[in-house]
Formats: sequence, structure tokens, C-alpha cells
Amino acid sequence: MLSQPPPLKESPSQTAGPYVHIGMTPSLEGITGPNVKDLGSGPVEAGAGPRISVTGRIFDGSGAPVNDAVIELWQADTDGNHKQAWGRVAVDGTGSFSFDTVKPGRVAGPDGKPMAPHVTLWIVARGINIGLHTRLYFDDETEANAADFVLNRIMDPRRRKTLIAVRSEASGRVTYSLDIRLQGDGETVFFDI
Amino acid sequence: MALTPLIAEDGALYQRDRAWHPPAATPGYKSTTLRAPKHALLSLAPTKSEMTGPTFGHGILQPLDNDLIRNYSQDGSEAIGQRIVVYGQVLDENARPVRNTLVEFWQANAGGRYRHKREGYLAALDPNFGGCGRAITDDNGYYHFRTVKPGAYPWPNGGNDWRPAHIHFSVFGTAFAQRLITQMYFEGDPMIWQDPIALSIPDSAAVEQLIARLDRHNTTPMDALAYRFDIVLRGRRSTIFENKMEGN
Repeated sequence: MLSQPPPLKESPSQTAGPYVHIGMTPSLEGITGPNVKDLGSGPVEAGAGPRISVTGRIFDGSGAPVNDAVIELWQADTDGNHKQAWGRVAVDGTGSFSFDTVKPGRVAGPDGKPMAPHVTLWIVARGINIGLHTRLYFDDETEANAADFVLNRIMDPRRRKTLIAVRSEASGRVTYSLDIRLQGDGETVFFDI
Repeated sequence: MALTPLIAEDGALYQRDRAWHPPAATPGYKSTTLRAPKHALLSLAPTKSEMTGPTFGHGILQPLDNDLIRNYSQDGSEAIGQRIVVYGQVLDENARPVRNTLVEFWQANAGGRYRHKREGYLAALDPNFGGCGRAITDDNGYYHFRTVKPGAYPWPNGGNDWRPAHIHFSVFGTAFAQRLITQMYFEGDPMIWQDPIALSIPDSAAVEQLIARLDRHNTTPMDALAYRFDIVLRGRRSTIFENKMEGN
């Protein structure tokens, strides 16, 4: 039968507010002890594979760093399977974030073709009324990125690069960096998924 | 008419009703002005990357995670304030319980003061109240926790804006596309209807969905009042499949 409107409405979103850390990264507020532990902190449980860092900064529409956001990451393992590779970080006073993880493999897209490797990011903060979904791709995946159905959905090719992190290497550690701009010049592409 | 082939093996979610949620920019809540994207969101049918999500077992829970009256006790004393039980059911839009999902909550203390380094309100901290807890829903989608009723507090937005008493909630569901953060308000509180954050939601019926109801029946006699707060996450569509999925 054809789909009917659902009987219930989704609960409306509200901002996570400036004190989101109490609930989501409580140790940052000194809320510690045997009864409360942070979830999603430390290295992302992404299974085997070379560890990478995924880093960046987050900025508002005036170019000021957003220093009170919480970012969650969800990704596939190196074989392209989503298991438990989830992480959560609070940005620091300069708006910087960093995840210690493993570069994901390719995941099948809706057209059956593999999508380019990517991680999914979800951003909440004071002044964000509903969590923002975006993706982070890798700049050393030129061919896969060129064929990726999500990147190709972005009509303005200049905006595609707002999702593509830049690789660097120092002391044997590979880092992919991407800044997130909530608004204005270079505004990150956010998804309604 | 040709049948639509099965696209996502996990089934699709109902499209999010963006008119039911607050828009990104709500000038009455000033912090949104520079943090609201100006480009339209790019609509994307969820893929495996969004139709899957982390799951959490009961092993992550500490014994007092759902008791904010005691889980930050420093000297064995309980938190100060009106004792309440908050409980409810996590459902999807099809009114099916969402089982074994993580619900996180945080709040100010009874005086309206948060335990947070950027918080400057003059109301006193309660040394025995942290304000953070979590629960995992049971087989019928229910969660519950014990806490004290948070106070209202002033905040720097307008010249004299006050937040109504509220508790923040974070819910996971089974798909990352269901991820939701919201706030719970208390039945009968006139402050709700002058709050720029509650009123960032355009439809008053949607605001009502965030107001917990006093539940006299589930009150703990001589101990705590009860408030019921149900939470609805996005549900999955029933679509025309070539091979009907089990349970659909």
C-alpha cells in the first residue's frame, strides 16, 4: 500500500545550548567520579587500520571561532562496514576539534556504486536550533570523490571543496584537516537527510 | 506502473518536517544570527552512512546514571530541590517503541544554576548536584530518572530574558539521521510562552509536544512528583518494494 502520513510528529529540536558539555562531555566541567563517564571520548573504535587524525576548526558567519560546539563523528571501518566507529568531541577555546580514528573504506551508495570514503559529522551548539549534518571527504581520493554521488549533488562545484579535508603528514602521523563554516564565505554544505 | 526497486536496504525515513522544527535563524534567539547557515540544506536520501548509528549496551551505564539526586553526591547528601521522577517513552513516528536506545539529559540545579565554567549566574551551586545523567530505554521504549526540578534562570539575550525550567535531552535512535537534541518543559509554566528558545519553534502545537505532563498516578508517595515526557524520533516509511521487507 502507499505510504500514509505517520501518526506521530517528530519531537521538535531545540538548541543544545551553551552548557551542552554538562550532558555530553561532563568531565570537561569537572563532573567526574565513579558515576559519570564521558561517552565517545578517546580514539574512535574504528577497528584495524592505520590511524589518522581528523581535525579542523569551526567558525561562525563573522569568521569568529565557535568555541562551544560539540561534534559527533560516525563512520565505516576500513572494510566499509558501520559497526561502532562513533566519536564525540567538544571544540576547544579556539574552535578546534580533533578525532583520532581510522580512514574509512568505501560504502555502497543508493545507486549501488560505492561512495567515496567519508565520515559523517553532526554539529550542535548554542545558536544552532537543529543539529547540522555534514560529511568530511579526503583529498587524496580524487577519483572516488569525482564519482561520489553526494559530492556530485552539489550544483556549485566550488562548494564541494567545503567537504574535502586536506592531508598532511608529520612524524609519521597522517592528519586530514577541514574547517567548518556555519555561514557566509565558504559556508559548509549541510544536509537535510 | 513499475515497482520502485528497493534502494536502501534499511528502508527510508520519513522526510523531516522542517516546518515543525525551528528554522536555523530565529532572530529572537540572538545566538542564531551568525550560526545559521544561509544556503539551503542539500536534500539527501539517507544512505547507509546515515541509516546506521552507534548502539550502546547497558554496560556503559553506571549504577546512579539515572539518579541525579545522588550521582554527584560529594558528602553522601542528596541534591537540594523539589524531588521529581521524569519518565516517558521513546517512540518513532509510526508510534513504535524505540528500544535499547541511549537517552542523555542535563540540567540546571534547583536554583537555576548550571555546573559549567562559563556560567556566571549568581544563584548558588549545589555541591551535591552535577546535573548530568543517562538511561537506556527498555523493551517498551521507556526511560526514567530521578532528579530535582530545575529552576528558571536569566540569560543574556534580551535585556531581561529568562529561560523557563527545562531539562535538555539527547536521543540516538537506530540511525544517525534520527539523532535529536531537544528540551523538556514543565506543564503549567507560563514562562514557556515568553521564551525565545521555545518560541523558535513556529507552531505552538509543536511546543506543546515538549511540555512534560504532571502525572499524579506515578508520583512516589511521600517522595517525588512524576512528570511524563514522551519523545518521538523519525520513523521509517512503508514503500512499494519488489520484495516486501519483513515486518513492514
